[in-house]
Amino acid sequence: MKSLSEIETTSKRASRAVGFSWGIAEEVGKCIRLLELFGFPGIKNLNQYYQNKNKENFENLKLINQNNKSNKSAFCPIILGVSFLDQIKTLEPLKKCTFQGIAYPLLLLPFLSRSSEIIGKKILFKFDENEFLLNFNVNIYSNFLKKEFPLIAKNVEVIFLENKDTFNDIEWKNLYKLSEDTFVEESDSLKQGAAGAGLTDND
Amino acid sequence: MNIELRDPNIIMKLSRLGSFHQSKLSFLRSFLKEFKDWDYNRDLFDLDDNGFGVAVYSFKKKERVYSLICFANKINDDERSDRVIATKWDAAFTLHDGVPSKQDIERLKNEVPKQEIGRLSYKELTLSRANKSVRVFNHVIESLSNGTQPNLNLLDRVGYLYRTTAVYGSGKFGLADRFRIKNRDEINGPFRLEMMLVYLVRQFTFDQVNHVAKYRNPKKAVKLDPKICKNLGIGNSTGLGMAPFIVNHPTLLNNWILCRETALKKIREIKKVETQDSDLFKNCVRNSIKNITSWNTESDFQLRKIKSLLEDVRKFLDFIDNKFNFEIDYPFNEIYFWLEKETCEECIEYIVSIMMEPYGKIIEPLVKEMSSDEEKYFNIPTNRTVEELRTIIKKKYPNVLTINFDKKENYKKFWFISKNKEEPRLADRFKEQGADLEQPLAIARDVKKLYDKLLESKNSLTIDKFLIENSDLRHVVRRAFIIEKFPYSEIQDNTISENIIPIDMLRLKLSFFGALKFDPRSDKWLRINMFQGAPLPNELKDYDEQWVYKSHS
Repeated sequence: MKSLSEIETTSKRASRAVGFSWGIAEEVGKCIRLLELFGFPGIKNLNQYYQNKNKENFENLKLINQNNKSNKSAFCPIILGVSFLDQIKTLEPLKKCTFQGIAYPLLLLPFLSRSSEIIGKKILFKFDENEFLLNFNVNIYSNFLKKEFPLIAKNVEVIFLENKDTFNDIEWKNLYKLSEDTFVEESDSLKQGAAGAGLTDND
Repeated sequence: MNIELRDPNIIMKLSRLGSFHQSKLSFLRSFLKEFKDWDYNRDLFDLDDNGFGVAVYSFKKKERVYSLICFANKINDDERSDRVIATKWDAAFTLHDGVPSKQDIERLKNEVPKQEIGRLSYKELTLSRANKSVRVFNHVIESLSNGTQPNLNLLDRVGYLYRTTAVYGSGKFGLADRFRIKNRDEINGPFRLEMMLVYLVRQFTFDQVNHVAKYRNPKKAVKLDPKICKNLGIGNSTGLGMAPFIVNHPTLLNNWILCRETALKKIREIKKVETQDSDLFKNCVRNSIKNITSWNTESDFQLRKIKSLLEDVRKFLDFIDNKFNFEIDYPFNEIYFWLEKETCEECIEYIVSIMMEPYGKIIEPLVKEMSSDEEKYFNIPTNRTVEELRTIIKKKYPNVLTINFDKKENYKKFWFISKNKEEPRLADRFKEQGADLEQPLAIARDVKKLYDKLLESKNSLTIDKFLIENSDLRHVVRRAFIIEKFPYSEIQDNTISENIIPIDMLRLKLSFFGALKFDPRSDKWLRINMFQGAPLPNELKDYDEQWVYKSHS
């Protein structure tokens, strides 16, 4: 089994070898490490992508807008990923971005995952019927159970989710009530000796 | 009194970093302190009459066990090479997490001796190999088997029975990644398991010579005197492989240096020094003279450094013995000023290391601060502006910005990874091929380039926009934001100049390991000694912390 350290170093060097700058190659190394750590086939997809990169001439999206459409071929997931990561604070207020045509969409996932950590919000990544919920770079939840990732994601949505509870007030109150069973009722004498007791706080 | 930390623009120059010495902060010393109350054991010693076979040593505490598995092999003299390109070694080692099963040992028997082309698993933590110092090894066995102790002059000249080359960890060749073990309290310090491997290998070398001598002459053989053992360490040959590490791990480098600088600051801030502390300090300086006079090297470069070190340390001893009163306020601060004025860089850093000896209470908490969670500082704060980045560079890299990179001598060298051995190398870009595959280790040149680009850019432009057109500078943009928070994260020097002395980079790292007796064999590799004078495993529970200054050789 390859260690994550080997995975990161080899991905970084390979990325430099196909023409990315060292700084971008460092980002790719970290991202492929993340994918493999989360159990996704990062090495496999990166390998496939680099085999096809020169043949396909993927498009570099360097400045991301709310709606982004590629002209001839699909967007390069690495340049898109780095741009997304860099521009995340200007993208977040848009609430949602769309992309038409992203090559090797799996490779974009770790950039979105890291972006989720930076803004402190969950990010939902959707294409076709597939959904990936990126949870602050702690884990990735998905309904995607197929083994092979698509080579192109045609219609992609990236949605910034507001921080809100996954439960309703009643569910919370019920649980809180139950938690109160670990508390002890204080006697009057204990109350009199508690912090701040007997003083006015007007000083 | 508040003493300022020393200026990174002085301390992080290569000549200063290349003058660092071991100290109480060094990793091999903090390893011994951490593991002193662990149970040491030799669990298996299955060697044949010639000393070839398998041995297992362990440290154990409660449920945690670390086991060194040693494989001693027969190799021909013409196959023995310390270079990383070697393919066979006298012995190969791995540190296993837990108690190895028979199956583990069988699996590792096939992999560990192959080193870089073998595959380890997440159950193994570190990996290394070593060659005998043949003249010493043979002499020791000869002597012991004849019932006599070896010639101390020869042992003094070499200082060890075996020499390791690389010691690998952190995920190399399938070894466990750091994240799997980083939360263990006992290894909350850099390179602690690498130090454990080397320390246990040292014991193996003693056990092996005793074993072979006994089989050679069962009736007459004697064991190597423990006092002699104690004065032997483990040698190490180190080349350029180590140099990129300190560039590639900026926050870690910062934490090592910052701890050293913080220790010095706190010691200089002590108003009244207890007599026992000043006595301990003076004794260590005095005893350390032996470490300098027994420092053997054929390198002219190092001989000059040793000569001026010896002269200056003697001058310093005369000063503290005859012209200095420790009863004044802030005596170590006064000493520091005197050193800066009167002695060479090598001596300043040598005495700074010894100043730490009486102050375990200052040093011990700092030892815990020497690791780094590097991932936390990897992301570039792209919402910052060009103006802010320019200000950071101006403030943090003032000397680097004065280097003229249009002059050939300032960019003559380049760093690359050798295809043959996947090891870093340094070459002349005007004579050798491959400069187009240069590694990103020319930080000074690239920072200067970044600064020039920033001068042409609008102040208010945010870094995300700046990077759109300047992706080639991304690696140094990241570093500039790191140095803003970590003042000692960067070498403030030119790592590609015609005059670079790469062993300065190696010495910096090796001093933090705790190495002694740097012996440069060229400007690109050197030999050192580790654990010379250190307590033996059976002495660990109660040992003299100043052992470094009390070795015989």
